[in-house]
Amino acid sequence: MIKAKNLTKKFGEFIAVDNISFNVEKAEIFGFLGPNGAGKSTTIKMLTTLLHPTSGEIEINGINPAQHQDKVRESFGIVFQDPSLDEELTAYENMNFHAVLYKVPFDIRKPRIEELLNFVELWDKRNEFVKNYSGGMKRRLEIARGFLHHPKIIFLDEPTLGLDPQTRNYMWNYINDLNKKEQTTVFFTTHYMEEADRVADRIAIIDHGKIVASGTPEQLKAQTGKDNLEDAFLELTGSKIREEEASGLDRMRMHSKMWRRRR
Amino acid sequence: MSTIYILWLRQIKRYLRSRSRIIGSLGQPVLFLVALGFGFGPIFQKAGKGNYIEFLAPGIIAMSILFTAIFSGVEMIWDRQFGFLKETLVAPVSRLNIMIGRVFGGATASVFQGIIVLVISMIAGFRVHSIGLILLSLVFMILISLLFTALGTAIASMLEDFQGFQLIMSFLVMPLFFLSGALFPLQGLPEAMKIVAAVDPLSYGVDGLRFALTGASHFGIGIDFAVLIIITFLLLIVGSFLFSRIEV
Ligand SMILES: Nc1ncnc2c1ncn2[C@@H]1O[C@H](COP(=O)(O)OP(=O)(O)OP(=O)(O)O)[C@@H](O)[C@H]1O
Ligand SMILES: [Mg+2]
Repeated sequence: MIKAKNLTKKFGEFIAVDNISFNVEKAEIFGFLGPNGAGKSTTIKMLTTLLHPTSGEIEINGINPAQHQDKVRESFGIVFQDPSLDEELTAYENMNFHAVLYKVPFDIRKPRIEELLNFVELWDKRNEFVKNYSGGMKRRLEIARGFLHHPKIIFLDEPTLGLDPQTRNYMWNYINDLNKKEQTTVFFTTHYMEEADRVADRIAIIDHGKIVASGTPEQLKAQTGKDNLEDAFLELTGSKIREEEASGLDRMRMHSKMWRRRR
Repeated sequence: MSTIYILWLRQIKRYLRSRSRIIGSLGQPVLFLVALGFGFGPIFQKAGKGNYIEFLAPGIIAMSILFTAIFSGVEMIWDRQFGFLKETLVAPVSRLNIMIGRVFGGATASVFQGIIVLVISMIAGFRVHSIGLILLSLVFMILISLLFTALGTAIASMLEDFQGFQLIMSFLVMPLFFLSGALFPLQGLPEAMKIVAAVDPLSYGVDGLRFALTGASHFGIGIDFAVLIIITFLLLIVGSFLFSRIEV
């Protein structure tokens, strides 16, 4: 369902994703794990047509995004790591905007939006401006929006970031259900190892842009001789903290962008 | 079609909800009308050019449209920084339609702004020359709005943050305005100034608007109309090319 072959992305001289290859089968739940700055989001952006790969090939749902971008775009939904809502619109308006762009037929638009907003328990607050939402509420709205058009594939970039354990649990149950009932393929990243262990059929671990290990959670634990995924992860990627932690990372990106402009 | 509509609707909603922006952007035209209009009025009259407010009002209307339009286009940088641009860019819709929807939305807001300033000028003493031509002035307001929203959007497609914004204001928007004949007649200018005014697309917008509102024209409204249409088209083409190359 998702194929990547020798996928590489360079930002100037810096190699963010370094010649990675993997396959995700239909109806699989695939966990893509790695330390901060490993190249997870960059990979997802290439798979979802937001970034052009420097080299390598991609196939999504049997289609090459380099040739048929819109066909590919129809087939997936995505929850971004960074915010992507229009804060000046209400929750309902954000959902409706998405429904129109994805051509959800008019007569099922409203019931579908209602169903999903109910699922994330935001229906009562649907007419509230998103700028007045809490962080967790915004996150839930983004998740609901990603599922709105019944995508065949869903990309989830740290979907549970900032959510409480109740909501995380609830959300993964929904995703699991969808995966069983509608054969939705799930490609997700997370920094919660026990979450990945619990939900992923298969996992790939990426570090410094390279895939360092892949297999079922059991295989990874067996391979490293550890009894939980967190220890296996640390064994594979080392316990050194990456200099770029999330907020510092954004600042670095800003700087590198400014530099590129000036040069 | 629905893509264009929903993007248009979003821009309109955002515009109507930013009351402070609407009111704020009326301050400048009012100041110009009052300070310049009444300030230079007597000299203009003495020079035998007639009523200055009459001459100035179309220029000020064009100015407020120019600023609102450029700003609506450049607003896209906000969408990029707040992340919303990603949501539109992953959607399975043509980049051209996204661009057109945005431009129509911004242009509608600018026309609206132009109409408000027209009404304000009338309160300040401006009299339209013929009621029948008010519709023609609307046509020119629409053309100016489309042209400069497209320009703003094209520029925003090349910028990742607001670093370059000041540069654009000083070296593009202000010269476009001051060199356009919005404030002074183009007749009898030094040759160099005439040439500059002739390559400034806003000159044709001001001229067309001035004809529709006061009956006087420098280039002739056929030329005004043709130039505005052609440049708007070119900008839409260039803009959608630049837009389609955006990576986030
Ligand atoms: N637009 C860009 N320009 C320059 N460098 C970039 C850009 N985007 C990402 N990078 C760099 O590429 C590397 C990979 O970034 P990416 O966002 O893919 O990491 P990640 O695995 O998603 O990390 P995290 O867990 O922190 O989200 C980082 O070192 C980052 O600084
Ligand atoms: Mg990331």
